[in-house]
Amino acid sequence: MLAELGNFSLIMALMVAILLSVYPMWGAYKGHQKMMAMAKPLAIGMFLFTAFAYFCLTYAFVHDDFSVAYVANTSNSTLPIHYKYTAVWGGHEGSFLLWTLILCVWTLAVALFSKAIPVKVLARVLAILGMVGIGFYLFMLLTSNPFDRLLPFYPIDGKDLNPLLQDFGMIIHPPMLYMGYVGFSVAFAFAIAALISGQLDSTWARWSRPWTLAAWSFLTVGVALGSWWAYYELGWGGWWFWDPSENAAFMPWIIGTALVHSLAVTEKRKVFKSWTVFLAIAAFSLSLLGTFLIRSGVLVSVHSFASDPSRGLFILGLLVVIIGGSLFLYALRASQIKSNGRYGLVSREVFLMGNNIFLTAATLVVLLGTLFPLVHKELGMGSISIGAPFFDQMFTYLIVPFVLLLGIGPLSRWKNQSLQALSKQIMIALGLSLSAGLLVNAGFEQSTYMADLGLVMSFWVIITTVMEVRQRIEQQVTAGKYSTWQSLQKLTASHWGMVLGHLGFAVTLIGITLVSAYNTERNVRMAEGDSVNLQGYEFVFKGISQLQGPNYSADVAHVDVYQNSQLVSTLKAEKRFYPVQRNVMTEAGIDSGFSRDLFVALGEQLKNGDWSLRIYVKPFINWIWAGAFIMAIGGVFSISDKRYRMGNLARTASSAKENPKNLMEQAS
Amino acid sequence: MNPRRQKRLMVVSAIVLVISAAVGLMLYALNQNIDLFYTPSEVIQGKEGNIPEVGQRLRIGGMVVEGSVKRDQETLAVSFDLMDTGPVVTVSYQGILPDLFREGQGIVATGILTSPNHIDAHEVLAKHDEEYMPPELAEKMKGIKHVKPSESSDYESGAY
Repeated sequence: MLAELGNFSLIMALMVAILLSVYPMWGAYKGHQKMMAMAKPLAIGMFLFTAFAYFCLTYAFVHDDFSVAYVANTSNSTLPIHYKYTAVWGGHEGSFLLWTLILCVWTLAVALFSKAIPVKVLARVLAILGMVGIGFYLFMLLTSNPFDRLLPFYPIDGKDLNPLLQDFGMIIHPPMLYMGYVGFSVAFAFAIAALISGQLDSTWARWSRPWTLAAWSFLTVGVALGSWWAYYELGWGGWWFWDPSENAAFMPWIIGTALVHSLAVTEKRKVFKSWTVFLAIAAFSLSLLGTFLIRSGVLVSVHSFASDPSRGLFILGLLVVIIGGSLFLYALRASQIKSNGRYGLVSREVFLMGNNIFLTAATLVVLLGTLFPLVHKELGMGSISIGAPFFDQMFTYLIVPFVLLLGIGPLSRWKNQSLQALSKQIMIALGLSLSAGLLVNAGFEQSTYMADLGLVMSFWVIITTVMEVRQRIEQQVTAGKYSTWQSLQKLTASHWGMVLGHLGFAVTLIGITLVSAYNTERNVRMAEGDSVNLQGYEFVFKGISQLQGPNYSADVAHVDVYQNSQLVSTLKAEKRFYPVQRNVMTEAGIDSGFSRDLFVALGEQLKNGDWSLRIYVKPFINWIWAGAFIMAIGGVFSISDKRYRMGNLARTASSAKENPKNLMEQAS
Repeated sequence: MNPRRQKRLMVVSAIVLVISAAVGLMLYALNQNIDLFYTPSEVIQGKEGNIPEVGQRLRIGGMVVEGSVKRDQETLAVSFDLMDTGPVVTVSYQGILPDLFREGQGIVATGILTSPNHIDAHEVLAKHDEEYMPPELAEKMKGIKHVKPSESSDYESGAY
């Protein structure tokens, strides 16, 4: 019964979404106050109906209602209860419901927290979010309804959740990722609203910037969690595979990073306006493309649960309508966008522009590498695959100039920077980072040149970031206004956001560099009592025991790790068998540390009682994800900046002209 | 030329330079990292008339022939035969096979063709690994009878 209510609720949500996309838009066009005021209650209504539908599906999962086809396909009565809650998004239909619910959450948040934004703009933004909603409600109701029943012959028990998804990482990864993906719809809606109204001054950038930062922060965490999950759950010990499903999430992230920076320039310097609008459209389009790639079944991976041509066609159609429509609008209006700010050839604007170009190039590389095999096949030229070395190689080329500009950008001034002063700073920073990088790397045995390069780049980012803060404080102290401590406190939250963002990037870079250069992997054949030596750690195989889990049975390998004859860690690596799906899965045993991870995964049983084991030592691998979290915290800092508080937003909205001195003080 | 035009020219030519360098590098990298996909019969009989050369890097997808998996007694070296509808190709591999590797199952291997019917693989993927599985394999696999019916539960046929 509740499933039918859920279905009805979805239909109601679709109706509300249609109203939401028509009334406020029409009202904004006609200047009709009451129609525009409809936007907020309609957004709330859309959220409530969707939330109720989501509740109904969750209820069906928790109560093992296997007459609902989706529940029967993705759950089982023996599934532990917390996975029953997360199994709601463990399959195709449910993950779309989550997608839509999150869209409603963002829409609701925009409706509730945008009191300072003019009613007309808000009405348009919400209407556009409603339009995006229509597409997804229709998709669910027409092609992948989570509430479809299997009556009258329904199974006694369900087919169970994919064992790979029965994991803590899967509880938080999809919601985070979707918050990021869907969050870009808000940036998109603001950009489109600005295009429709033709008011493309920099105010829209200020309004959409906190939302974009929030989405970007979520996406950063989501991508990092996905990588972390792949590392410990797939049993290979890799943290990035350039798998199409990873690329699908990575592309919006790179473009989102460009967008966050470009928005900052547009807001402060009133330039790059047209480029920023384009990036906002691109970020959301790539989010949609990612959804299409993964959900339509053109690519097969863990993420593609079931493919159905009609679904692929629908999403493709949606993609064409949204991307095509917005780019058409962009083409119509872009010529009217005037960036009237002036800047010299050596200025922060130019450096930021340079990095935007590199980020866009990186996105194109990933896009090409992901889509090329598809196109190649569709053209009838046969199946091909593009290996990870392609991406690795391209990113190595791209990251060097990118990091160089990343360091110089914050050190230079807006508008015009004297080349002499800048080159002096660059020389100091270069000298420091070269010596620091080479020195640290010399501490590793068998140091490699790639590690030299990576570490020098990481230190370059750290040193230039610190120099920038010092330079700013010095300016204030020499001006005689504040003491060092006071001026440190005077730094805006968004400035700290930038500092954290860049430091986080450096931390990730250190992690990537060191794990790529010094990670040691051994696949060994071991009998009970055998030991293996790896980077000063002695791994002793103590034997195998049996384990009976709630919905699986497992062989557990016990491995003791000694360093200088001292027991460091006892690792348990499992090989699980899930009888319902008849699926085998590896659960790695990992001892995580600040400077290294010890990783053991169980392979297969060999003829005479031996087992094959993967034994890895991964130096500094946690830094990769730690850096991503620091970046996300940086994003949160930037959002919390005073000038985004409601009152301040209202004031700036009314007084478009700003004191240039103020601008100088507000760092990105 | 006035200074503004000069500046613009500089910017535009810089962008053009960067883009062309990027495209060049990209094509070069792409050229080196494309692996063509073959089935065992295509390796032997050729794909649209092209028989892969010995020494070429390629991807092969096929079914593991029942009873063909041979393991070394001391090391992790393993070899097995792959087939689709025609002749058999032998794959040798050093390392741990994926969880879902079973006789009678479809797998994909990437490696170098060392003789007309032998591949030295450096990567072996089984289905449901978090890796790109060319849908072509699924198409090619259609209509092949599983040797062991007990093994062919719905996750083999149903997931595509």
